[in-house]
Amino acid sequence: MSTKFFSPSSVWRALLYITLIVGVVFFLAPLYVMVVTSLKDADEIREHSLVSLPGMLNFDAWRLAWDSACTGAQCSGLEPFFWNSVWMAVPAVLISTAWGALNGYVLSLWKFCGSETLFALLLFGVFMPFQVVLLPMSQVLGWLGLSSSIAGLILVHLLAGLPSTTLFFRNYYAGIPKDLMNAARMDGAGFWMIFFRIIVPMSTPIVMVTLIWQFTQIWNDFLFGVAFSGADSKPITVGLNNLANTTSSVKAYNVDMAAALIAGLPTMLVYVVAGRYFVRGLTAGAVKG
Amino acid sequence: MSSALEIRGIRKCFGKSDNTVEVLKRIDIDVAPGEFLILVGPSGCGKSTLLNIIAGLEDPTEGSIAIGDHNVLGVPPAQRDIAMVFQSYALYPTMSVAENIGFALEIRKVPKAERQARIAEVAAMLQIEHLLDRRPSQLSGGQRQRVAMGRALARKPQLFLFDEPLSNLDAKLRVEMRAEIKRLHQLSGITSVYVTHDQVEAMTLGSRIAVMKGGVLQQLGTPDEIYNRPANTYVATFIGSPTMNLIEGRICTTGAAAHFAIAGAQLALSSPENSGKTTLLGLRPEHIRLSDKAIWRGVVNLVEPTGADTYVVVETPAGKVTVRTAPQLQVRPGDTVGLEIQADHVTWFDQASGMRL
Repeated sequence: MSTKFFSPSSVWRALLYITLIVGVVFFLAPLYVMVVTSLKDADEIREHSLVSLPGMLNFDAWRLAWDSACTGAQCSGLEPFFWNSVWMAVPAVLISTAWGALNGYVLSLWKFCGSETLFALLLFGVFMPFQVVLLPMSQVLGWLGLSSSIAGLILVHLLAGLPSTTLFFRNYYAGIPKDLMNAARMDGAGFWMIFFRIIVPMSTPIVMVTLIWQFTQIWNDFLFGVAFSGADSKPITVGLNNLANTTSSVKAYNVDMAAALIAGLPTMLVYVVAGRYFVRGLTAGAVKG
Repeated sequence: MSSALEIRGIRKCFGKSDNTVEVLKRIDIDVAPGEFLILVGPSGCGKSTLLNIIAGLEDPTEGSIAIGDHNVLGVPPAQRDIAMVFQSYALYPTMSVAENIGFALEIRKVPKAERQARIAEVAAMLQIEHLLDRRPSQLSGGQRQRVAMGRALARKPQLFLFDEPLSNLDAKLRVEMRAEIKRLHQLSGITSVYVTHDQVEAMTLGSRIAVMKGGVLQQLGTPDEIYNRPANTYVATFIGSPTMNLIEGRICTTGAAAHFAIAGAQLALSSPENSGKTTLLGLRPEHIRLSDKAIWRGVVNLVEPTGADTYVVVETPAGKVTVRTAPQLQVRPGDTVGLEIQADHVTWFDQASGMRL
């Protein structure tokens, strides 16, 4: 038994696990500090170390962060910002995913003269820094009468996300055998019939990937939120920034931490619920008959 | 109705104007109702392109296609009253077997009761009733093949198109499904066009065979004609396994008697070409016998038993010759043997053009 325990392979195994555990601790430490700090009161934070556990579970900071912490002059917590983000993210995610699926379907299965060029141009959108479009976009939103509104933010996120969603679906659909399309055409199905009856039902993995990707992008966005939102359409990232920067006599670390966790929870939740599809969808290749 | 399918002067070019590749060079074929036409040839001969043009999945550069006396150029595939079985089966992965078979009928707004009756009928014909609720991914290769045929059969089309449907199956299943396709064709009587590169499939299934090479129709005829009277050396060597022996020689006339002079022997044969011109003698392996008395002699190079027959490759001064013999015959590599030709079964080809004389 002892020889087995000290065999080279088990030493390597032990080293491997130690490395992994160190990695886990390193990456989870900030989250741990955030969670424990958010559950302490101000005295506990001052008197004990950063990593000590709270004496008792105290959700006061969470309540404050949710509905009464001050973000500038207004003191109603993150709640209004949270709902702004929901009203912004949900339609933007759904529309950009559906539109990306349609784009990908056309660009891979209904190629037309110039479709490859169009796709190459679309790819610019994936790699372009968004700061470049801030000014022209704000001009366009003004012309459309959508400045400082949630509808305007939805439009911006929709356009910003479309290149990525198109890329995802186009590459996924490129693996669909040509014969399948020909069979559907022989059976008499047209453009929309093939899309809705054959292609969309095959798309679950890539839809999941796109939904997660888009939700994370849009929910976590700060740049567009701070640039294009009005007084009552600020998303939660902007709300969190304002909350943390609103100075009072004492820095309420527990409230800041609770607010940051509230802002981050939805994306984490999405990963927990749909995460297994994420890896599966990223690795899924051609669809086998 | 004179013909079920009329292919007239079909040309197909790919590429831009200054750099075109002509993959079909004026193909003309008439298919009679109920016929089973095979398009056979090596890969790249244009047979699949021709099938796609018949199906309407590709447009010809020139020429016309008529199905049941209606010109179908420009008519979309769905409206040509045809059904196609694909090499990859191309079943809809998210639909059940029954939905796969009924999809075309559903699109054509066939009432549900009739649709289900048709699905049941086809399933019974193909013995796949127990699979109707399954997804394609839960089926074996042979079962998928049956479903793909069921999907085509349910339509009751005027014309069936098969694009190398058996090439993804293993050898045993291929033989089984080959017989199944033949049975279904006899049962339904629907005119069929079948693309394959397998000459055995071509011979066993076809009522007529079109041998293609390089976009040109080499010969169109019944399996018997193709096998026994090949139009040129290409067809002669493509169809038949082992392949036909081609021996080069010259006809010599001495007085009234003519003989065929090959390297190392003079054969008592008369050819249609009576000059001293070089010609090719085509000999099927089954039309040569090993005989000690024969004057054409060679050394056994290889003995290949296949069970029913044994093929003996004999190295002669005029080249290697394959001979079909009975398995009981005892010959060994190194033996010297004589080759006797059945003179009424020989085929002659022009040496320069390769055409049959």
